Amino acid sequence: MSRAETLNRPASTHPLPPPPMGLLAELTHRCALRCPYCSNPLELDRRDRELPTAVWKRLLDEAAALGILHVYFSGGEPMLRPDIAELVAHARDVGLYTNMITSGVGFQPAALDAVAEAGLDHIQLSIQAMDAETCDRVGGYAGAWQRKHMVAADIARLGLRLTVNAVIHRENAHQTKDFVQLAEDWGAARIEIAHVQYYGWGIVNRARLMPTRQQVERAMADVEEARARTAGRLVIDCVLPDYYARYPKACMGGWGARLMNISPAGVALPCHAAQTIPGLAFDTVQERSLSDIWYHGAAFNAFRGTDWMQEPCRSCARKDLDFGGCRCQAMALAGDASATDPACSLSPLHKQIVALAEAEAASHRSDFIYRGFQGAPKPQAERQMVPLQADRP
Amino acid sequence: MSVDLAASGLASIVPALPRGVRLRFDESRQQWFLLGPERVFEPDDTAAEILRLIDGTRSVEAIAQDLAGKFEADPAEIAADVMAFLRDLAGQRMIDL
Ligand code: SF4
Ligand code: SF4
Repeated sequence: MSRAETLNRPASTHPLPPPPMGLLAELTHRCALRCPYCSNPLELDRRDRELPTAVWKRLLDEAAALGILHVYFSGGEPMLRPDIAELVAHARDVGLYTNMITSGVGFQPAALDAVAEAGLDHIQLSIQAMDAETCDRVGGYAGAWQRKHMVAADIARLGLRLTVNAVIHRENAHQTKDFVQLAEDWGAARIEIAHVQYYGWGIVNRARLMPTRQQVERAMADVEEARARTAGRLVIDCVLPDYYARYPKACMGGWGARLMNISPAGVALPCHAAQTIPGLAFDTVQERSLSDIWYHGAAFNAFRGTDWMQEPCRSCARKDLDFGGCRCQAMALAGDASATDPACSLSPLHKQIVALAEAEAASHRSDFIYRGFQGAPKPQAERQMVPLQADRP
Repeated sequence: MSVDLAASGLASIVPALPRGVRLRFDESRQQWFLLGPERVFEPDDTAAEILRLIDGTRSVEAIAQDLAGKFEADPAEIAADVMAFLRDLAGQRMIDL
């Protein structure tokens, strides 16, 4: 089978999967911030390509009918959409649990009142660092830190359920404990300590963001201590940095298993980085229904189940636990989307990945390549990995 | 059973679903779900019965009495189970006690 045949084989070889649990609605790629680890693609959708309100409403109807329970309004900055409150209200009307993932920057306070009134269930506010200087430099926006603190106060005033999103990397890993304290001070019920995942802009900036192994171990210990201290008051969810891990994470809970991601222009994706995998055919919501895409779309079926796996995954006892890790990371690091995720210690490339991470962590670079519509130079480092494929068993 | 339900203090504990947590029946799966931030809790039949009785005014005692009638069981024993269940959910911030 050629690569293209493997990737686009018909859905009929699979039993139908259960319905999805969540819809990631990337309403826009516009954002006031320019975080160097943004998970958006390097080529962003411009405003004139964004789906209109009526199409999003139809998608929310289709999502609810398909059995989706959670909708995540994200982006970019979802609050930049003038129809955001209308979409939240519509999602509530059709029974969806509504989440909003916001930077807190670039909109008027009244817009937040409007989404609260529309029935928003849960808001996630990001913070880039504890100190204003680092926060504003990482986000590439002067005044972001101050603005986020004001928005946190508004969220408390409105009584919205809050999660604090702290994205962790070399420049702020030492602030892990303080982020937890901040979440408590802001009245959050939950915090995400999310180590940067190296796709999208993250991989372009990997040398500027990669923490040292010592930093990661310290940050993990800080999370455990904070969990014990805040038990019953604060839920602490932690996304591990996987280059140093023993086993990879079960990306998206499995390919095409739990989540659907819709890009601002209406492309349906099994994960936000899926477009980095060559040869996959993606459907758009303008052409097919969500249900049709979920059950029969070629891209969603490409890596469902375990049939597509190679060794060592194929004969591994963990294959139904982590599904071989992340397909996009396998693509980026091994040059083959069906390879074992090199973050896994059983991957033949793992040692080199760890060595690369350690070297980059020691590089002291801080010249961020900021996320933006201008795009970014394609990451170079990965190309060094590809020739090593010849060594694989 | 020697537990005296009336003296247990459970009459004064009134569980409520906090803002940002919702109980809903999903038609496509024919199943109840308790939904919260990044959480999907799939209650079994008994748990769903308990959750459906939570309205922010009924006490744990009242809920236990109600269920005891339905399942012809000892209210004190049920109350202990309900309380353990609710404490667990409260620890995950999925319910207010
Ligand atoms: S990661 Fe930063 S730049 Fe990307 S959408 Fe979020 S706030 Fe905006
Ligand atoms: S070999 Fe594959 S299935 Fe086994 S732990 Fe590694 S990534 Fe997971």
